[in-house]
Amino acid sequence: MSTVTITPGAHEVDPAKRRQAALIVACCTLLIAVAQILIKIGANRLSHAGFMATFIGIFTVPPLFAGYCLYGIFTVLFVYALRHGEVSVLYPIIALGYVWVAILSSVVFHESMNPLKIVAIAIIVAGVSVLGWGKS
Amino acid sequence: MTTPASSIVLVLIGSVIGSVGAIFLKSGALVLRPNLSSIVLNWRLALGIITYMLSSILFVKGMSNGELSVLFPMVSLGYICTLAWSRLFFHEVITKAKVMGISLILAGIVCLSLANK
Repeated sequence: MSTVTITPGAHEVDPAKRRQAALIVACCTLLIAVAQILIKIGANRLSHAGFMATFIGIFTVPPLFAGYCLYGIFTVLFVYALRHGEVSVLYPIIALGYVWVAILSSVVFHESMNPLKIVAIAIIVAGVSVLGWGKS
Repeated sequence: MTTPASSIVLVLIGSVIGSVGAIFLKSGALVLRPNLSSIVLNWRLALGIITYMLSSILFVKGMSNGELSVLFPMVSLGYICTLAWSRLFFHEVITKAKVMGISLILAGIVCLSLANK
């Protein structure tokens, strides 16, 4: 039915681990969205800060620091997941992060949503997903 | 609240610089040996970390004004740059799927800035 290409190392991946990887990445997208909301809350306090003050703020403004710590956790989990899953599956899942951020932005910050904005985000989600197919 | 153009520019430049950081980290990781001096004396890794920090500053500065729902998706420009650098420095192949992905992301970014009235 379809041609199967074996990439080096891919033959030893078992389905259970692959499912686990997809699940981890799905949870990661929520983590990214929450991190992004925290970073935005922190950044809002730095709207008049200079570049040096902004740099220091990353470590001293609690929501900003917490957001970057979450990003660190995400990176570790993502690298682990990449080892066991396929990029072509994981990228479309990671693109879900844009959806959560859009939803949380309108709920938490009451940001406006218009049809063009929703279409634009959907196009970017599709684009990131397609990139994943190109990488496998 | 609408997003000022300066915020969009800061986030876009931050994404481009971040993608350069990823290239330094990768090239640093390629020559890494499992001993402390190889990690500490690795100028590529150091440059990668400095570049990442710089991109974070621009990113936070950009985020400090404007809408998250407009600014966050703009970070996807970094994916496109990473592909371009990978082609240039690691001679990775640009497949049809990659070209399609790049086009979609660019179209999305343009739409997003148009949606930001």
